[in-house]
Amino acid sequence: MSFVPGQPVTAVVQRIEIQKLRQGDKLILGFSIGGGIDQDPGQNPFSEDKTDKGIYVTRISPGGPADVANLRMGDKIMQVNGWDMTMVTHDQARKKLTKQKEDVVRLLITRKSLEETVSQSKGKNPKPCTYANEKQNLNDVMYTNNVR
Amino acid sequence: MDNESQYSGYSYKSSHSRSSRKHRDRRDRHRSKSRDSSSRGDKSVTIQTPAEPLLDAESTRGDDRDDNWGETTTVVTGTSEHSISNEDLTRLTKDLEESTPLECKRFVGPALGGCLSFFALVTPLAFLILPQVLWRDTLEPCGTPCEGLYVSLAFKLLVLLISSWALFLRPPRATLPRFFVFRCLLMVLVFLFVASYWLFYGVRVLEPREPDYRGIVEYAASLVDALLFIQYLALVLLEVRHLQPAFCLKVVRSTDGASKFYNVGHLSIQRAAVWVLDRYYSDFSVYNPATLNLPKSILSKKMTGFKVYSLDENTTNNSTGQSRAMIAAAARRRDNSHNEYYYEEAEMERRVRKRKARLVVAVEEAFTHIKRLQEDEAASSPKHPREVMDPREAAQAIFAPMARAMQKYLRTTRQQGFHSMESILTHLQFCITHNMTPKAFLERYLAPGPTMQYQQQNGRGRQWTLVSEEPVTSALRQGLVFSLRRVDFSLVVTVTPLPFLRLGEEFIDPKSHKFVMRLQSETSV
Repeated sequence: MSFVPGQPVTAVVQRIEIQKLRQGDKLILGFSIGGGIDQDPGQNPFSEDKTDKGIYVTRISPGGPADVANLRMGDKIMQVNGWDMTMVTHDQARKKLTKQKEDVVRLLITRKSLEETVSQSKGKNPKPCTYANEKQNLNDVMYTNNVR
Repeated sequence: MDNESQYSGYSYKSSHSRSSRKHRDRRDRHRSKSRDSSSRGDKSVTIQTPAEPLLDAESTRGDDRDDNWGETTTVVTGTSEHSISNEDLTRLTKDLEESTPLECKRFVGPALGGCLSFFALVTPLAFLILPQVLWRDTLEPCGTPCEGLYVSLAFKLLVLLISSWALFLRPPRATLPRFFVFRCLLMVLVFLFVASYWLFYGVRVLEPREPDYRGIVEYAASLVDALLFIQYLALVLLEVRHLQPAFCLKVVRSTDGASKFYNVGHLSIQRAAVWVLDRYYSDFSVYNPATLNLPKSILSKKMTGFKVYSLDENTTNNSTGQSRAMIAAAARRRDNSHNEYYYEEAEMERRVRKRKARLVVAVEEAFTHIKRLQEDEAASSPKHPREVMDPREAAQAIFAPMARAMQKYLRTTRQQGFHSMESILTHLQFCITHNMTPKAFLERYLAPGPTMQYQQQNGRGRQWTLVSEEPVTSALRQGLVFSLRRVDFSLVVTVTPLPFLRLGEEFIDPKSHKFVMRLQSETSV
């Protein structure tokens, strides 16, 4: 997940859809986030590259909506409902996730094991993979971000 | 060793138009008469002793010498009738020194300067006195203005006297191989100056018997003023100019690589050499020829390679071919001498540490045997009379238990040549007198000190040869290399200029020092 500044970022992402749970008068998702461009990236235990200032999932409450939707601890959130999460402050990320008017969030997350899965499956499959094949087989999307 | 080679004097005094040269001259003459002629050594004697075999004999003796040698207290003598032992060498040099005559060249410079300055001092007084003596009756009377001039003249002469004494009346430190350019320049300047004043005086005053005495007094006062300015010039040229550092000298001793860096100002090569030597005696550890080479046991193994025999009938190209073959063979052979060197070093270090521990313990214990007698104790203990000793006797009393440990330690660290038993006793006596602890007593022996520590204070000079490719009166500049050679080692000096410093400024407002903690928040959503 290291990037070259100025070049588009490429990552293998997984789409996760979380239904918010109503708890009292709040809608919660059941996980915690850390990171952001205003935070200290060296303290992030989940990132490979310690200069990565993205938003990471730091804790999942067991049995919550995020756990049900297969979100894992250590995942990096690339998009929330179409909003980019790779270059946001911590507070902006929180706001995008906790909009009270939305009850579903669609995340694009990436983790290290996804890349390994993709490379393994490419090896197994002799025929060349097209974009459509991949999409159907693995429910993965090649994600390109041109923000940087 | 340093203190056994030949001596000579060095004079490094600046001598030019100072009024008290006569005092120094008189003092020099006194000094030369009072000391015997043996105290001034001759520069040109070289001692033709076989230095190489002497060193080898010493080092091999050291390797297989019995460690219990000290017990039998035998005396070191020459090993054979063909070599000279260290004691003989010392005796030889001392004999040579004592027989050399007084060196006259050393005093030519100061004597000349003394005469010149005496002449310059006397001149204003002569200018004043001569008209009074020769044509007193035709002189115009000159009242108050002249007396004012007399007063100022007297005080200026006094200032000249005092400042010459303070600045230039110092014992000479070195003789330089060539003329000291600035000093010569100043002497010539003073001579020309005074001569021209005398010329003018002779032609314009003495000849026509000038009656205007006030003018003469003013003339004499202007001479003294000009002398004061020349003294200022001398001060700047000789003392002040070389104070601001401009060059960095790296001094490396050729035998063991001991090196130091010094910052000097603008000097000529010979003056820089004297400067370096001044610092050499107190900064560099003493030169110990016994610690130079790797032990023969390590190096000799390299020599026992296999021999190459040529079966060729043609013997003309034999030697070169054989040597080349031997060198190639030696290079191909696996060389383990570094291994042996490493282990030998470790073993040597261990031995030194062991001996040092024994020495320290022995000295500590020896020092507990005596204590200083307090004033009241002597009176108040008539029942227990203790023998009261002076420092020398006390030193001799406690020297015995530590003598063996000391001797072994000195031999292991190869310092035995520097410290005789007498010198150790003297040092012990010195330490006892000044209430020093055993550690302070041992400080002199545990580490090799600077060369000054081992010099005998007998006023004899040290002979050094300045070897340089440039003329020695030229100024220092970048890339210059010269060396100062002595009989058995030399100091190689390299000159590099100090870098030009561009100092910038940055102002920091004290209120601008503010800090925050780094953020690492975690929010649950």
